[in-house]
This record gives sequence, C-alpha cells and structure tokens, in this order.
Amino acid sequence: MKTLNMARYRRRKLVDRIMRSMTVVATLLALIPLFLILGYIVIQGASAISWHFLSTDYKVPELSLDGSASDVGGIRYAIIGTLLIAGTATLIALPIGLLAGIYLSEYGKGRFASFVRFATDVLSGSPSIIAGVVVYIVLVKTTKEKYAFYGSVALALLMIPIIVRTTEEILKLVPQTVREAAVALGVPQWKAILTVVLPAATGGILTGIMLAFARAAGETAPLIVTVFVSNSVEYNVFGSMGSLPMYIYRTLDELTSPEQYKVLWGAAFVLTALVLVVNILVRVATRRRV
Amino acid sequence: MSDVIAKRQTAEVASTPRVGVTVQTANQAADALGHKMQVEDFSLYYGAFKAISGINLQIVEGRITAFIGPSGCGKSTLLRSLNRMNDLIPSVRTDGRVLLDSTNIYDPRVDVVELRRHVGMVFQRPNPFPKSIFDNVAFGLRRLKLSKSELEDRVQESLRRAALWDDVKDRLKTPATGLSGGQQQRLCIARAIAPEPEVVLMDEPCSALDPISTLKIEELMMDLRGRYTIVIVTHNMQQAARASDYTAFFMMNEQRSGEMVEYGPTGTIFTNPQDKRTEDYITGRFG
Repeated sequence: MKTLNMARYRRRKLVDRIMRSMTVVATLLALIPLFLILGYIVIQGASAISWHFLSTDYKVPELSLDGSASDVGGIRYAIIGTLLIAGTATLIALPIGLLAGIYLSEYGKGRFASFVRFATDVLSGSPSIIAGVVVYIVLVKTTKEKYAFYGSVALALLMIPIIVRTTEEILKLVPQTVREAAVALGVPQWKAILTVVLPAATGGILTGIMLAFARAAGETAPLIVTVFVSNSVEYNVFGSMGSLPMYIYRTLDELTSPEQYKVLWGAAFVLTALVLVVNILVRVATRRRV
Repeated sequence: MSDVIAKRQTAEVASTPRVGVTVQTANQAADALGHKMQVEDFSLYYGAFKAISGINLQIVEGRITAFIGPSGCGKSTLLRSLNRMNDLIPSVRTDGRVLLDSTNIYDPRVDVVELRRHVGMVFQRPNPFPKSIFDNVAFGLRRLKLSKSELEDRVQESLRRAALWDDVKDRLKTPATGLSGGQQQRLCIARAIAPEPEVVLMDEPCSALDPISTLKIEELMMDLRGRYTIVIVTHNMQQAARASDYTAFFMMNEQRSGEMVEYGPTGTIFTNPQDKRTEDYITGRFG
C-alpha cells in the first residue's frame, strides 16, 4: 500500500466538514422562523383559549371609559364556519382531484395529459385571490349573492391542483409490477386500480388531501370577495357565514386594547390546531386494516 | 439428468390417456398429449422495431415448457404475449396467431380480461399486493362470489398446493409483505393458481430467489405439472434441464429480433440438439 497523502486527506476531511456544517446551518435558519411562529402562536394562543372563548360568538367590543378591555366574545361561529366552508370545498375538490390524479397516473399519456399536468402546476402556484376573483365574476356577479358555498367553490379551485398532483405522484410510486399482478389475475383495469393501486397509496393520498384542506382552511383572500361574514353560528352554506381567517382579518380593525389582541392569537392557535385535529381524525378513521 | 427426464416422459405417456390431437413435428413424437396453446407465425413489434419474429410453437397440455436463450432474445416478450400482458404497452403491435385450445387470443372479439382468467402469470420478482396473505390469494376469487367458507377452502387449498400452507396458516391475516422472498413468490404462485387457470406462465420466477427457495419452486412446479400447463422463462439452463418437459431455445437474429432456433423434448435439446447454436449455448460457449 502506498503511504497516505496526509495533506490531501486533511483537505478532503476539511471540505467534507465545511459542506456538512453549511447544510446544518441552512436547515437551522429555515427552522428558526418556523419554530418562532409556532411557538409564539402556542404561547400566546393557549393563554387565550378558554371554554368561554370556544363556546360563544363574537361580540363587538365596547369602548370603555376606564380603559379596561371589554369582552369580545368567542369564536364558536368561526370554527363551525371554517369547518363547513373548508369541508364543503373538500367535498367539491376531492372527487375531481382524485379522479383527475388517477387519470394522469394510470391513463394519462400523450399531449393532453402533459397539458393537464402543466395547467395544474400553474394553478397550484397561482395566488389565491385569483380563485376568489374567478368565483366573484362567475358566481357572485351573476347571482348578486355572496354565499359561503361560493367561498367553498373558490377554495376548491385552490385544492384541486394540490390533490391532483399529490395523487398522481403517490400512485406512480405504486410499483408497476403490482398493477401487472392484478391485471394478470383477470381483473379489469378499473378494478385493479380501485382494489389494489388506490389502497396501496391511501396514506400518501390522504396527506395530499390534508395539505389541500390545510391550505383551504387558512385562506382569507378568496373568502373576502365571495362570502358575506356573519357573526353568529350559521349552518346553511347558501347564506352568510363566519370563518377563522375572516375573524382574524376583521377583528384586527375593531380591537382597541392590547388585552383584546390575545383573541387573535387564540384564533390563530385554534386554526392551526383544527387542521391538526382534522388530520389526526381522518388518519385514525381511515387507518389501513390489513 | 436428461435420462431421468426421458424416463419420466415415457412413463407419463404410458399412463396418460391420449387426447387425440395430431402430433405436428417429429420432435414431439415422444409425447402424444394435446396442444394447449399454439403459436403460429407470431411476430411482435415495439413501434417499428420487430422484437420477436415468426415464432411457431406448440405448448403441450399439462406439461412444463421452458423458454431459454440469451438476454434480449424475446423469450419474456413471447411469454407475455401468451396472455396479452404486452397490451399494457401502448406501442406494441402483433402479427400471426396464438391459439388457446382453438381460440385465437388476438381475435378482436376476445375479452382480454377473460383470457387472463384462463392464462395466469407469475412474475420475475415476487409482487404480492400490500394486503394480507389471505386477501392476496383470495384476490382472483372474489369475482366468483363464493361463500365465506368456500372462499376459505379455496385459499387454503391453493396455499397447500403452493407448499406454503404450513408456513402461513397461523398468520393469514398478516401483511404478505412480511414474508421472505421465497415465501412471497410461492404466495404469488398460490395467488395465480387459485382461480384455476388452465395455463400458468412463469417469467423467471426464481431469478430473485436463493438456491433453497429456487429448489422449492421447482418442486412445486413438479407438483403442479399435469394439473396445469406451465410455461417458464428461465436464464438458468440447469433449471430448464431439471424442471421442464419441453424446451424452446431462442436467439436474436441479425436484425436484433428474437427467433426460435429449436424446440423439442428437453432431453433431446440438451443431449442431442439439432442446431449448432443450441449446442453452443447449452454447452456454455456463449450467453
């Protein structure tokens, strides 16, 4: 064996160490704001959470002469509103997005499929207000109404490309050999997709759906232009409705004391927790039973 | 080794009732069973490229036919043509006929889904579904709408026939992906034979397995012989010699498309090949 070239060896070690530390530093830099925001929301938000906050509706704050903060009520109506609006949006986006994703992965070859892929990529990158404006022009202008349902349609427009692309990508991860095995057993292709390919990809598809739901639940801009806000609990999607993002957006203007600002953190905390809770519930409910 | 095969064939011929189909070539005179499948002037193209060219071949009912030859000679492609798995590739076009009994499987009126219920397949790599062991075997049986106990019986019987029952009887509800490679492949065989196909195609079923598992699969093929018509593609010449009744040798011609060089009883191919290229290949001079 030739003797080790120590100079080169040290240099290689050094470069290796520098590269590695650079990736670690970059990772930390990316994580710091994330943890700051999350941490601040949790610290500030958790202290705002009370049964009163979760179980009552919004009260316009009154100006008090002695400077004490008046009660601004709670966010029950907004939680219910967000669940209804984002839930309805999911109901609209899910079948379309899932089927389009299946099409792209299982059947989509050629120019049309490439065009669809390109279009969904562009759509998933477009600002959310665009979806709001589209719905505003197509639905709000023509019916001269602002319904919670229109907000759901706008949110669905944002959800569809996310669901389409994640579904496609996840389905492509299912090995081709598994599809072949199913087809070789004399099962029609649609049945092979339904009984073998889709179940194998459930976890990933759910992740995509939850990502889309999380995005929709937090969107504000499309709701501003499509939904009249209500400050009480509403269950009819063809009417006005409150929602958590709109609560934060609207209340900002009406609050007078720093004490009251706590409700904003509370709402932000609830919005984050809501997405998490829905995520966990969906996963438990659809947990693969082998 | 070839003596053993020759003896076995003689014994079989004596004990098996004749099915009464005309024997077509001299090579097959030793065996008078019916032809389950017949390949007639069959060619297959990937776009403009002719991957296999003018194949003529008879597959004998209830026997094991091995396809051997160097890589790229079209043996897997031909195998996949026997249950039209190549249909899944968009650019594929075919010429000629493949008869299953007397039906041309490339006839446009043939339902390919139905065809694959008669001609099952086992693949190169074990490909169990990400489901339980039971559900894997039951998969091809679901359409039969059997009662629960009938379904359980059929699954058990298939697993027994695939020599896997004793390994898995206590964990039928556990994921199939937890089995070892050899077990997975036997599970795939159980899955393929559960719906009682007439022909089972095996595309290098042992190439991803260790020697012990390979031996088990070969023993299993021997058990299945007679009940099913088996066609196996193998890279392993010893395997063809050990475990097949008939052997077809393929090679690539000058246009890089696969051709069948020689076909006959395995004993003959391995001891007295008619073609120089066959002899060179089986004696290990190339390939």
